[in-house]
Amino acid sequence: MEAMLTEYLPILIFLGIAVGVAGAAIGASYIVAKQRPDSEKVSAYECGFEAFGDARARFDVRFYLVAILFIIFDLEVAFLFPWAITLGEIGLFGFWSMIVFLGVLTVGFIYEWKKGALEWE
Amino acid sequence: MVFILAPMITFILALIAWAVIPFGEGIVLADINVGILYLFAISSLGVYGIIMSGWASNSKYAFLGALRSAAQMVSYEVSIGFVIITVLLCVGSLNLSAIVRAQEGLWFCIPLFPMFIIFFISALAETNRSPFDLPEAEAELVSGYNVEYSAMTFGLFMLGEYANMILMSGLTSILFLGGWLPPLSIAPFTWIPGPIWFFAKIALCLFVFLWVRATMPRYRYDQLMRLGWKVFLPASLFWLVLTAGVLVTFGWTPVVAQ
Amino acid sequence: MIIYAIAFYLFAAVAVASGTMVVAARNPVHSVLFLILAFFNAAALFVLMGAEFLAMVLIIVYVGAVAVLFLFVVMMLDINFAELRQGFMRYLPVGALIGLVLLAELILIGGTWVFSPDAEIAISDKFYMSGEVTNAHALGLVLYTKYAYLFQTAGLVLLVAMIGAIVLTFRSRPGVRRQKISAQVGRRVEDSVELRKVKSREGV
Repeated sequence: MEAMLTEYLPILIFLGIAVGVAGAAIGASYIVAKQRPDSEKVSAYECGFEAFGDARARFDVRFYLVAILFIIFDLEVAFLFPWAITLGEIGLFGFWSMIVFLGVLTVGFIYEWKKGALEWE
Repeated sequence: MVFILAPMITFILALIAWAVIPFGEGIVLADINVGILYLFAISSLGVYGIIMSGWASNSKYAFLGALRSAAQMVSYEVSIGFVIITVLLCVGSLNLSAIVRAQEGLWFCIPLFPMFIIFFISALAETNRSPFDLPEAEAELVSGYNVEYSAMTFGLFMLGEYANMILMSGLTSILFLGGWLPPLSIAPFTWIPGPIWFFAKIALCLFVFLWVRATMPRYRYDQLMRLGWKVFLPASLFWLVLTAGVLVTFGWTPVVAQ
Repeated sequence: MIIYAIAFYLFAAVAVASGTMVVAARNPVHSVLFLILAFFNAAALFVLMGAEFLAMVLIIVYVGAVAVLFLFVVMMLDINFAELRQGFMRYLPVGALIGLVLLAELILIGGTWVFSPDAEIAISDKFYMSGEVTNAHALGLVLYTKYAYLFQTAGLVLLVAMIGAIVLTFRSRPGVRRQKISAQVGRRVEDSVELRKVKSREGV
């Protein structure tokens, strides 16, 4: 327990250093560099035209669908991690238990494939 | 505020992932038990820098680039996850040093060759490198999510992107190319210290990164999504079940020394 | 040990503060970003308790996947937030009432909280608590065998979520032309090109 926590201390220190370097780089360029903004410089770039319309438009619902499907598969992967490292000890029952689990999700996967949810145009 | 934060996040994430990478036997900053999970977590966070920059830029190009990038990165994250699981099946531990030690004798790129290829291509997509560099496709999006950035903020994006490339190469060599291990453990190879082998392998992977960039034309977006969801996901899932089945049937499951 | 205490109070304080900011931030995107910060601190607290596997899964699933979806919805959905904030005062009494009811329920639950008798046994189990076995390993030993039914139920829940997501959000657009790679590659010269001898001044 103690030994485990001491392994995490370098990560915390590393995080501190990374934040420091990134902050220093941006801070220094903010302080040192001369900045003379004018309306052309600070306006959004649109190939030389005046920007028209709001940039944050609505978009295809497919992107949400991809994000939702990703959550489901990510959970599946999270379930697989402990299984992968204990496969030798949980025996055939554990193995088939996971195969059934994957089978259930494969049914869902086939459903979405057949439904055409994975098509892009 | 978010505008400044986005490149910092990209850069910081690319840096802190290096804390758990083992460079040689015992040469590692933080030898945590769940090293591979840590790397997987960090790589799944990489999408934040891009989404935030795309939103905060308030520009159409940046917005579209961020949108594309987010969908692309999450799609390939899934197959990377399955590939990692397949490797873990042959290792029996989540510790990165243990993964390397399990490859003494045979590197995983030989028995798991298809997964090695899938992993490398997914790594290209995950780091937004060519031929999957649609988020910054300069022909249509004039460099996408970082179009509004300049000076050091842009610099941090670039540094983060290249650090991510090196990190992904490092991960590839740990998972498949035996990390710090020499190709054969006989005399002339064992004279060279581990870290040098590790760096040589990273350099090899980076070379392939650049080689692919110079060779391949850019993918179209629907082809990219098709490849991720309809080819890599089923293929890696199938290979995962196959590997597990073979290991259980022949009793080759690794014995873990706790 | 002093570092442990400092780290605990630091992470706990940041978690609570960012939780407050999730509610208080005016811009919903900032709310989601504070939510992510809160997740991170919760993960750090898990690590301090020795549950490193749970900490990483929390980051992978919640920060890496769920919060991305939240950000998608909040950032990319074109909502006029000033309009949403109108009528805040009008709905305040109802909202406060619901909040009070929830608070009362939480207090009732918290008041009757008892530790399960199994918990004592589990904590005293030398095998799992000694640190000899890593978290993920200990979890894997029981999850797929002892708790197989719960595990399969989780699989069914995920299946329902997958089908539900498709039923709710998927709209197939008619008349979209898709690329058929097999048809493209399978095209032959004989099917598509015809050679004709054309006499001069006559045309085809």
